[in-house]
Amino acid sequence: MNAETKIRPPFDAARERAPFDVARIREDFPILSQMVHGKQLVFLDSAASAQKPRAVIAAMTSAMETQYANVHRGLHWMSERTSDAYEGVRDKVAALINAPSRAEIVFTRNTTESINLVAHSYGRGILKPGQAVLITAMEHHANIVPWQMLRDAHGVELRVAPITDAGELDMEGFAKCLEDGRVGLVAVTHMSNVLGTYLPIQRIAALTHAAGAQLLVDGSQAVVHRAVDVQALGADFYVFTGHKLYGPTGIGVLWARRALLDAMPPFMGGGDMIGSVSFERSTWAEVPHKFEAGTPAILEAIGLGAAIDYVNAVGMDAISAHESALTDHAIAKLSEIDGLTIIGRAQDRGGVISFTMDGAHAHDVATLLDRNGIAVRAGQHCAEPLMRRLGLSSTARASFGIYTTPEEIDFLAATLVRVRSFFQ
Amino acid sequence: MSSFDDVRDLYQDVILDRARNPRHMHILDPFDAAARGDNPMCGDQVEVRIRRTPDARVAEAAFQARGCAISLASADLMAEAVRGLPDADIRALASDFRDMARTGATHSATPAIEMLRPLSGVCEYPSRVKCATLPWAALIAALDGAQEAQHE
Ligand SMILES: Cc1ncc(COP(=O)(O)O)c(C=O)c1O
Repeated sequence: MNAETKIRPPFDAARERAPFDVARIREDFPILSQMVHGKQLVFLDSAASAQKPRAVIAAMTSAMETQYANVHRGLHWMSERTSDAYEGVRDKVAALINAPSRAEIVFTRNTTESINLVAHSYGRGILKPGQAVLITAMEHHANIVPWQMLRDAHGVELRVAPITDAGELDMEGFAKCLEDGRVGLVAVTHMSNVLGTYLPIQRIAALTHAAGAQLLVDGSQAVVHRAVDVQALGADFYVFTGHKLYGPTGIGVLWARRALLDAMPPFMGGGDMIGSVSFERSTWAEVPHKFEAGTPAILEAIGLGAAIDYVNAVGMDAISAHESALTDHAIAKLSEIDGLTIIGRAQDRGGVISFTMDGAHAHDVATLLDRNGIAVRAGQHCAEPLMRRLGLSSTARASFGIYTTPEEIDFLAATLVRVRSFFQ
Repeated sequence: MSSFDDVRDLYQDVILDRARNPRHMHILDPFDAAARGDNPMCGDQVEVRIRRTPDARVAEAAFQARGCAISLASADLMAEAVRGLPDADIRALASDFRDMARTGATHSATPAIEMLRPLSGVCEYPSRVKCATLPWAALIAALDGAQEAQHE
């Protein structure tokens, strides 16, 4: 063995990619050069919805300009091309989350619709009155309200697993909620949109399955920041929304194990989801089409496909490394600010940071930041019960994406120091 | 350095002062009417209480609140502006105030609306208009005998 082979790492396709270059990436997002109130835009609200790279915009425009028609219906060239493009995105999504089969990928409008689909179909079709659904105290309203509606309509119980003051799931409390064996479905977020906490999905899955229940994971935030492998996680359902993954609005995903999808009754009825129809009865199409009634979000799906290609080209591991460096930097910077409190101190966390400031309400903070070009979110972040648990009425939240730079975080920190003295 | 000159139209000195040291943020007891206002989008809450004079004017108004500088200052100035007014005048004032918060302009120039004028800058900040109008919605609900303000 000579010296050269010793120092050379084994060949790895991912390593052969161009190194992560945030300046280059920023050029792919036309909106980032916009001015706001005469200031350079500093967009720190990607957790609410991310900006779109030119590749996504171009894919949607090009589809409309060159090959647009309805899918699965026409026996003509345009329709065939569009059907291929639309169905091709199913493969891309399946690969993104390592789903065993493309037939397990159902397109919806967003996470909210994916969860409602499961609450309706699985909830009413499979769960029995008297069984329970278990969520956590840090869920988004999208993973609370559909279960409340199911509870009220179908007589299942809704349980809430406690969290710790650090903003992590209380695993003992969680296990207790499963003890009586009545929980049929556990529905948890993969990453909190308020605290940035990642939940230990593999441990949750093991406990869930040991209790005889199925596991739904809300990947709205996590899928943007980390490589997701639904099989390794041990999830039974995984849901996310396209617009946070640099894709367009109006397109979301439900992945579920084939056996579950086969057993579940349809959610909505109409065209595209049927085998055959007569006035007496109809039969259902095979999955995933059984769950895609009506003309789908064709262009939005094509846009999502382009977003996945974009993220893959940059490399999910490189994105994760970039964002976790940013998160460490931001926590260090914000922690130096007198009177600023970061909410949540989870061990495993990502680039979503909520904070409060003594003497300044989150709204006032957000307005002053906005006047300096900095976009953050302020309020309850669609997680009222979590805010109540934390004893807070609102927080400001800065969240990071593929295009966020350390300089932007420095500017946020410097501006927050000025905000603090303004309100003192 | 920390002047933020361009937000001074919104955060005038009167507003910052009222938000830091509200004069009418206390529990009024006894009271004749009360109502709450909630903004579920942002978590702001206000409760307004009033005491009446024998001839049915507002003798005193006070509030309890959790909210931003704009909502606290608005509630505090409101409590002062409505003192001694009959209901009809308060309703007219509330309507004028709401228009001012949205457009910057008022229909009248009564001493009461003049007292509220420092809040007119909020019209440049559409997402903050509700912060200024929430206490007024609660006050009107109290006059109506309702427990809670209508969501706008
Ligand atoms: C954790 C989480 N779940 C669910 C949602 C809902 O996503 P959507 O509004 O796209 O359905 C969001 C985003 O708003 C979220 O952050």
